[in-house]
Amino acid sequence: MSLLLHGALLVVACSTVLCLYRIVMGPSVPDRIVAFDAFSTNLAAVVVLLVMRDGLVELIDVVLVLTILGFVGTMAIAKYIKKGDIVD
Amino acid sequence: MTDLLAGLLIVIGTFFLAVGSIGLIRFPDVLCRMQATTKTTTLGACTIFLAAALKFGYSPIALKSILALWFLLLTAPAGAHMIARAAYRGRVPLATHRMVADDLKEVVERSAYLSEHNIDL
Repeated sequence: MSLLLHGALLVVACSTVLCLYRIVMGPSVPDRIVAFDAFSTNLAAVVVLLVMRDGLVELIDVVLVLTILGFVGTMAIAKYIKKGDIVD
Repeated sequence: MTDLLAGLLIVIGTFFLAVGSIGLIRFPDVLCRMQATTKTTTLGACTIFLAAALKFGYSPIALKSILALWFLLLTAPAGAHMIARAAYRGRVPLATHRMVADDLKEVVERSAYLSEHNIDL
C-alpha cells in the first residue's frame, strides 16, 4: 500500500507539472483556464494522496478549500473573458 | 479487502489523471483539450477521494473527502460549460481543418447579426 501510494503520488505530481506547462505556454486565455482547472483538481488529488501516505489528517481541509477556490477562480476568469467584467 | 479496493481505486484515479494531463498537452485546440481534461480529471480525483474515504473508514476525514467529491462532481461541469462558452463566443482559434461539424456557428452568427442591426424578434 505504501509503495502504491508513493508511485501514485509521483505520477499525479508529474501530471500536475504537465498542467503547468499548458498554463505557461497556452496560446490563448481559455487554454490557460482549462489548464488551471485541471491543475487545481490535480493538486487536490495530490493533497489527498499525501494525507493517505503520511497520515497528515489536518491537510484534508486544504482539499475542500482547493476544490472551492479552483471552481470560483475558473468561473471568475471565464466570466471576465466573456464580458470583460466579473461582477454583473 | 478494504485496502485492496482502495488500492484499486487509487490505481484507476492515477491512470485517469495522467491521461488527462497528456491529453492537455497533446490535443490541438481548446475544445479538444477541455474534452480531454474535464471528464478524466473529475473521474480521477473522485476515485482518489473515494479511496481516501474507504481507507479512513468511519471518520471525519471520510466525511470531508466525500464532501469534496460531491462538490467536485457538482462544480466541474458548470465550470467546463462556462469555459467552453467563453472560448467559442470569444472566437478563440479552433482547429477547423479537423472539425467535422459546427452546428453552433450559424446560431452565433445569427444572434450577432440580429443584435448588430437592432432587430428584436
